[in-house]
Amino acid sequence: MAIYIEEEKCTGCGLCVASCPYGAIEIVESKARFTDDCTMCGACVSACPQGAIVLEMPRKGEVDTSQYRDLWVVAETTPEGDLAGVTIELLGEGRKLADELDAQVALVLMGDEVGELAEKAGGFGADTVYLVSHPSLKQYRTGPYADVLCGLINKHKPEIVLFGATSMGRDLAPRVAARIKAGLTADCTELSVDPETRLLHQTRPAFGGNIMATILCEYTRPQMATVRPRVMDRAQWQEGREADIVEVPVDIDERSVATKIVEVIADEGAGAVNLQDAEIIVSGGRGLGAPEHFALIQELADTLGATVGASRATVDAGWIPAYHQVGQTGKTVKPKLYIACGISGAVQHLAGMSSSDCIVAINKDPDAPIFKVAHYGIVGDLFEVVPELISAINERRGQ
Amino acid sequence: MNVIVCMKQVPDTSEVRIDPETNTIVREGVPSIINPFDENAIEAAVQLVEEHGGKVTVITMGPPQAEQALREALAMGADEAILLSDRALAASDTLATSYVLSCAIRRIGDYDLILCGKQAFDGDTAQVPPGIAEQLGLPQITYVIGLEVVGDKVRARRLLEGRYEVVEARMPAVLTADKHMNEPRRPGLKSVLAAKKKEIPVWDAAGCDIQVSSCGLEGSPTRVIRTFAPSHEHEGEMIEGDPRDAACQLVEKLAAAKLV
Amino acid sequence: MDFAFTEDQELIFEAVRELCDEELKPKADEVDRAGEYPWDSVRQIAEMDLFGIPVPEEYGGLGMDVLTWAVVGELLSTGCTTTGAVYGAHMLAVYPILEFGTDEQKEKYLPPLATGEKIGAFGLTEPGAGSDAGAVSTRAELVGDHYVLNGTKIFISNGGDAETYVVIANLHPEKGTRGLCAFILEKGMEGFSFGKNEEKMAFHSLSNRELVFEDAQVPKENLLHREGRGFRVAMTTLALGRIGMAIGAVGLAQAAFDAAIEYSQVREQFGQKISEFEAIQFMLADMATEIEMARLMSYKAAWLKDQGGDFEKTAAMAKVYASEMCSRVTSKAVQIHGGYGYTTDYPVERYMREAKLFEIVEGTSEIQRLVIANRLLRENRLS
Ligand SMILES: Cc1cc2nc3c(=O)[nH]c(=O)nc-3n(C[C@H](O)[C@H](O)[C@H](O)COP(=O)(O)OP(=O)(O)OC[C@H]3O[C@@H](n4cnc5c(N)ncnc54)[C@H](O)[C@@H]3O)c2cc1C
Ligand SMILES: Cc1cc2nc3c(=O)[nH]c(=O)nc-3n(C[C@H](O)[C@H](O)[C@H](O)COP(=O)(O)OP(=O)(O)OC[C@H]3O[C@@H](n4cnc5c(N)ncnc54)[C@H](O)[C@@H]3O)c2cc1C
Ligand SMILES: Cc1cc2nc3c(=O)[nH]c(=O)nc-3n(C[C@H](O)[C@H](O)[C@H](O)COP(=O)(O)OP(=O)(O)OC[C@H]3O[C@@H](n4cnc5c(N)ncnc54)[C@H](O)[C@@H]3O)c2cc1C
Repeated sequence: MAIYIEEEKCTGCGLCVASCPYGAIEIVESKARFTDDCTMCGACVSACPQGAIVLEMPRKGEVDTSQYRDLWVVAETTPEGDLAGVTIELLGEGRKLADELDAQVALVLMGDEVGELAEKAGGFGADTVYLVSHPSLKQYRTGPYADVLCGLINKHKPEIVLFGATSMGRDLAPRVAARIKAGLTADCTELSVDPETRLLHQTRPAFGGNIMATILCEYTRPQMATVRPRVMDRAQWQEGREADIVEVPVDIDERSVATKIVEVIADEGAGAVNLQDAEIIVSGGRGLGAPEHFALIQELADTLGATVGASRATVDAGWIPAYHQVGQTGKTVKPKLYIACGISGAVQHLAGMSSSDCIVAINKDPDAPIFKVAHYGIVGDLFEVVPELISAINERRGQ
Repeated sequence: MNVIVCMKQVPDTSEVRIDPETNTIVREGVPSIINPFDENAIEAAVQLVEEHGGKVTVITMGPPQAEQALREALAMGADEAILLSDRALAASDTLATSYVLSCAIRRIGDYDLILCGKQAFDGDTAQVPPGIAEQLGLPQITYVIGLEVVGDKVRARRLLEGRYEVVEARMPAVLTADKHMNEPRRPGLKSVLAAKKKEIPVWDAAGCDIQVSSCGLEGSPTRVIRTFAPSHEHEGEMIEGDPRDAACQLVEKLAAAKLV
Repeated sequence: MDFAFTEDQELIFEAVRELCDEELKPKADEVDRAGEYPWDSVRQIAEMDLFGIPVPEEYGGLGMDVLTWAVVGELLSTGCTTTGAVYGAHMLAVYPILEFGTDEQKEKYLPPLATGEKIGAFGLTEPGAGSDAGAVSTRAELVGDHYVLNGTKIFISNGGDAETYVVIANLHPEKGTRGLCAFILEKGMEGFSFGKNEEKMAFHSLSNRELVFEDAQVPKENLLHREGRGFRVAMTTLALGRIGMAIGAVGLAQAAFDAAIEYSQVREQFGQKISEFEAIQFMLADMATEIEMARLMSYKAAWLKDQGGDFEKTAAMAKVYASEMCSRVTSKAVQIHGGYGYTTDYPVERYMREAKLFEIVEGTSEIQRLVIANRLLRENRLS
């Protein structure tokens, strides 16, 4: 790994100085020069109009993997300023993986005045928190986040770096990976490590979920992955546990940031009924007996963050609007989880939902055809089973 | 206003299956299409050029058959198309792919914007466009649903989780198109037939100054070691017990499958 | 003998197939129920340049042959029968202008018809002149530099929505069919208006209006071909129209077959898919065989036309066979669907109703048989 300036190209314009988040470049006799603070983050490379700065990363086969240790999680915060759910999930998963490797877990926390969250991270299992606070990091933007993170990675050499597969993680991780020439696996749903080889086995869906692939990065470090939210278990909160907080001073010149956020607008329509894109659907059928009983279905759906579907019998009866209808003459859906309550499972209904990843049927008739396509079936009165289901989910969450 | 669109030809994923015997991807007989998000990128590029003048160049890295997709892009209104095809490029992962594309884009030169799709339907990683932006040292704006060019800046509306963000960047920049950005046009037959007659240059690695050690298998840090079909346990399981008991068992099972 | 299409044709058919699968088919039911002229679909096929297929490039078309035009008609009919019918009826105005028009007429009328900016229609049938087309009683009189038309036409497809009309009227009733003339009329010409739109058992959204001529003023230069040649214009147009009708029936039958073979593999009775019953399999086999036969006959008629050969008899054979085949096939498709096929939730009942039209328009089955028989006897006259 090396960074150097091709002196004959350098004009001493100083744009690199402004771009360096670590304040590690000075102009001496009209030529740029790196100081010892240089982390090789590479921010200056694209800032130089002359192309005079070269960052050389070791390529596949040239990396001394033994120099790399520890597992990092790159934190994400919610608009309300809390740790994002996916970050807590990654801390949970990261802890398990790190323990197998006998390694430490560090959280990289970038933002503005996020010290409080750094303290919290300890309770969720981080051993170290690299805390980078700067007004320019208040909202996520690719440039400064990538610069800061590349610097930290090149300096501390983590063995594994995990990101949430969110709009932020999927924007940031590939930018970083491309700069440090590391392998990156997208959108993982399963991670495991082999303590012998210290390789991270990263499993992810591809081809629209029709195929799963397990991926290794054998020769480059860190091993990087983005991980799908709501897949891993959240880290358990440990009262009183503390992390070692390492404050990383940075100096970001807003003028050298390539993008500007002009406006952020909340999306009002996000809650609209969109059966086709729903990850979970809870559907009600004639077994509900009366229109007002859809409230029970709605309650289960709310508990699961699901969308409400319906059989045609209920739509025809006017219990619920037609845009909820699933089936041959309604919507065709393929959620991860489809829960059918009081639906017999007529072919026309099945035509619209039988390729769902997981189907749960609740029906009091053990011979109802819906059970033929169900992965899990419960024979029983939905008015008894569904409320129990709601409380069982809430209890499990509360644990 | 010169716009480069990076386009990938992909199998129509709804039809891709795993061979249960060999656990490999069955590609035979699966029709190929332009990656749907790339159609949005092409449409956006054509609209920009209709408004501001200039030209749209579409580039794809792929096997010789990808020429078919380029012709479709030409029919949609792209002015030029380039096929980047070389055995040395096969099996490139996203890092290598973005390196290769950045080299080819340098060779095209003279561009104001680079438009990509949000993600490819097959690989599904969304990692190539940020990789291109990084290797060209350009700003990136991902998940774009609307854009506007004002002077030397591009202003784009991004669709994020539960919110929109309006972002401005200096051009040139790399943008990735979401499907909500526009309605890709269906080309008329005249354009389809005219596109068929157009010359499509084929570039190889050497012609683009591509280091063979940085692309293909050799230049790819990731390696797929196994592919398999996702398990759809279809042996339905009946859960017994009183309602309370059954509900708890069900929640356990769903939690184990990461569904709740 | 070569059954292969050219690369260009394959490209065109693929594009049309895609249009049908993604746009036209999903809304075909809605289009039919709306009871309104399907402007949306018409615009879509216009934007795809489909109306320009048989029009030479110099008049803004693609300059493709009749076979290409026919196959596109077939595909459209599979996707949305109504749109297919609009496409077919449009050609009944394009074709006579192409065949008999002067350079000026072609330059004036063909470009907007090729782009679909204007839709065309053909007016022959009258209350008293159906199968007996020669009995046209709409009168034409030459007054100064205008022909003045009086009378009515009925059932005219695209009538009222079209801009360009080819109309047959009689200048010299005393001369019978030799008094007939063909004229190009434009919507909005003085004395030219529209009457009733027929309500039908199917094709609810296809307009079939009455054309009303009350001292309609048609400029002299709008005479198509020569005075007294109107019957020839009409017969030539109808001969080509038969290919369009035959292929439309093939397309519709194909849609019915597609629905039936899919349903047969989903529906289970007696513990198995109904496609496992031999009775159903035989129906499917017969349907596919008949469709293929009708398709080959239609393609051959189009091919003969493109070769400059005499295609009239072949086209009549294709039309009568294809239209009757279509009724059989669509009826079997309903049969395979059982009770569900009889409901309006599945499209096959509509297909069955639509099929009937093909046995009637542009020469009923009886008239086709007359045409065929006349030709056969002429060709095989004992000396
Ligand atoms: C042309 C056509 C198209 C159609 N398209 C569709 C379509 O798109 N979508 C669709 O859904 N249907 C469609 N149908 C209707 C379909 O055939 C069925 O009639 C419909 O799906 C039945 O709805 P259901 O399951 O809610 O009602 P039912 O079949 O009446 O089933 C009610 C079920 O609830 C159970 N039940 C009753 N009480 C309880 C209780 N307290 N606890 C638990 N279980 C209870 C019963 O055992 C029974 O299995 C179509 C039908 C036709 C003819
Ligand atoms: C099952 C499977 C899993 C994989 N997982 C990973 C992984 O986790 N990490 C990894 O690094 N690689 C992975 N790969 C390899 C990856 O699919 C290829 O590198 C591929 O060439 C690009 O990635 P993508 O399809 O995900 O494109 P994306 O990054 O999703 O594509 C986004 C956009 O980039 C542009 N683009 C992408 N490819 C091209 C191209 N060839 N020509 C022109 N423009 C293009 C298009 O505009 C496209 O819309 C995987 C491959 C397979 C088969
Ligand atoms: C939806 C629709 C669209 C149409 N579009 C157009 C159009 O765009 N332009 C246009 O000009 N016309 C159009 N027509 C009219 C159509 O071409 C006529 O309806 C058709 O030619 C039959 O004429 P008819 O209805 O007068 O029946 P008739 O001629 O009255 O026939 C009645 C019956 O008598 C039989 N018959 C008649 N003569 C004989 C004979 N010599 N030997 C044996 N049997 C005989 C017929 O086969 C039929 O069974 C359309 C009709 C419909 C329903």
